[in-house]
Amino acid sequence: MTAFLQYLGQSTRISFTKLGRASCFLLQILAGILSLLARPRLLLKQLYSVGVLSFLIITISGLFVGMVLSLQGYYTLSDFGAEESLGVMVAASLVRELGPVVSGLLFAGRAGSALTAEIGLMKATEQLSGMEMMAVDPIRRIITPRFVAGLISMPLLAALFSAVGVIGGQMVGCGLLGVDEGAFWSQMQSGIDFKDDIINGVIKSIVFGFVSSWIALFEGYDAIPTSEGVSRATTRTVVNSAFSILGLDFILTALMFGEH
Amino acid sequence: MDNRITPQNSLVSVRNLSFSRGTTKIFDNISLDFERGKITAIMGPSGTGKTTLLKLIGGQLYPDQGTISVDGENVHQLRRAELYNLRKRLGMLFQSGALLTDMNVYDNVAFPLREHTHLPESMIRTLVLMKLQAVGLRGARNLMPNELSGGMARRIALARAIALDPMMILYDEPFTGQDPISMGILVHLIKSLNTTLGLTSIIVSHDVHDTSAIADYIYVLSGGKIVGQGTPKEIQQSESEWVQQFMTGAADGPVHFHYPAKDYVDDLLSSGKRY
Repeated sequence: MTAFLQYLGQSTRISFTKLGRASCFLLQILAGILSLLARPRLLLKQLYSVGVLSFLIITISGLFVGMVLSLQGYYTLSDFGAEESLGVMVAASLVRELGPVVSGLLFAGRAGSALTAEIGLMKATEQLSGMEMMAVDPIRRIITPRFVAGLISMPLLAALFSAVGVIGGQMVGCGLLGVDEGAFWSQMQSGIDFKDDIINGVIKSIVFGFVSSWIALFEGYDAIPTSEGVSRATTRTVVNSAFSILGLDFILTALMFGEH
Repeated sequence: MDNRITPQNSLVSVRNLSFSRGTTKIFDNISLDFERGKITAIMGPSGTGKTTLLKLIGGQLYPDQGTISVDGENVHQLRRAELYNLRKRLGMLFQSGALLTDMNVYDNVAFPLREHTHLPESMIRTLVLMKLQAVGLRGARNLMPNELSGGMARRIALARAIALDPMMILYDEPFTGQDPISMGILVHLIKSLNTTLGLTSIIVSHDVHDTSAIADYIYVLSGGKIVGQGTPKEIQQSESEWVQQFMTGAADGPVHFHYPAKDYVDDLLSSGKRY
């Protein structure tokens, strides 16, 4: 019993110290943003590796998710003779939920894990320590550009995901299942509200980008500098990002759409 | 002739330093001095915290007790910006080289220049080529770090360490895992750079032979204490059994061959338990 309590206390203490370290780390990242403005090249390079390289997986996944949504939605809606609402259903699901959430999960898996592994290995090979000894702050030089790149890329990727998803939905809905194209688009246009749906979706994706970049970079920076340590850190990044994204999605949805 | 270093001419002085990791005491109230313009070696078996000492000198770790001053400045009382200014005058050569793997050799050597100076690219080019020439690898400037051998990586890292013309270089195990030729090159480079650039060098090593060949003064550490110090000659003739064992590499002596364990016979006969 005492052993259990001891274990409980110790693991709580460890989690809280880690949270504290992560918060200090975040403050240091944010403090470096101003000096990053003076060196946009550093950011451009990271925008490429974090954002542009995630392009393909986001596009393909978006297309398939939209297609499946349309297919499933059609079967349910046609029972009520409401096939024309397919457009608004597909678009609302994508813009409000699936766009930000699924692209957030994919982002954590594709870019987040890569960031953790990269930073963790830089730590293991003493590159971060070497930079410190060269009087270059590794957080400003390495971490902040990657964080800002994640923050910028994520909403763009989520928007891309939703847009491609809508096209996929239209292809299946109108091309394959014979829904009237005019009804598909006009219902979507009248049913989707710019502020309530689109802006809220964008806010979600910014939050997810913030959280998953933070987790990925912190796990890499905090990793035990061995091969096992880096591999564990990479796993933690994906798992923790997924939990945070799904948990936050629930909270944000409750806050944004709760009044209706 | 007295070879002892006096605090007046020392660039780095460590006073009453204690440092521990968890419950293990790595340093227990030690004081060392590193003289300007000389090569001072810190020797001792693996795991005696030699690298830790370099990190303490560089301000990457904080001591539990005691002070370390570099060029008259107390490293651990400096503000962050001052510490970074001090570090610009220090070069450190990591065991792995610590080259940035996403840049080629040229950009690695140019890295500190680009970060800390506003020199035009043409001047950076001249400086980089001069530094690479000094380590004999001007022809390797377009290679990536993963294409270098261990010895070459260390020489590039050395070129990078001298890029900002530091007053002191800290070498972390520069000879470990080198073939005889690379070893010879590194020994020669460390010695000649120290003389030609008027540097102060601190070498952390457990390589007795090559380090004593170039060091002006040696400290031997073990178990958190200084167990021997002096010129290489004095160390060779040391009466301490411990230092003798270390210098000659005898398998048993004051440092036991066996890791502490319970009695051998008892251990073999205690069946039933797995451990």
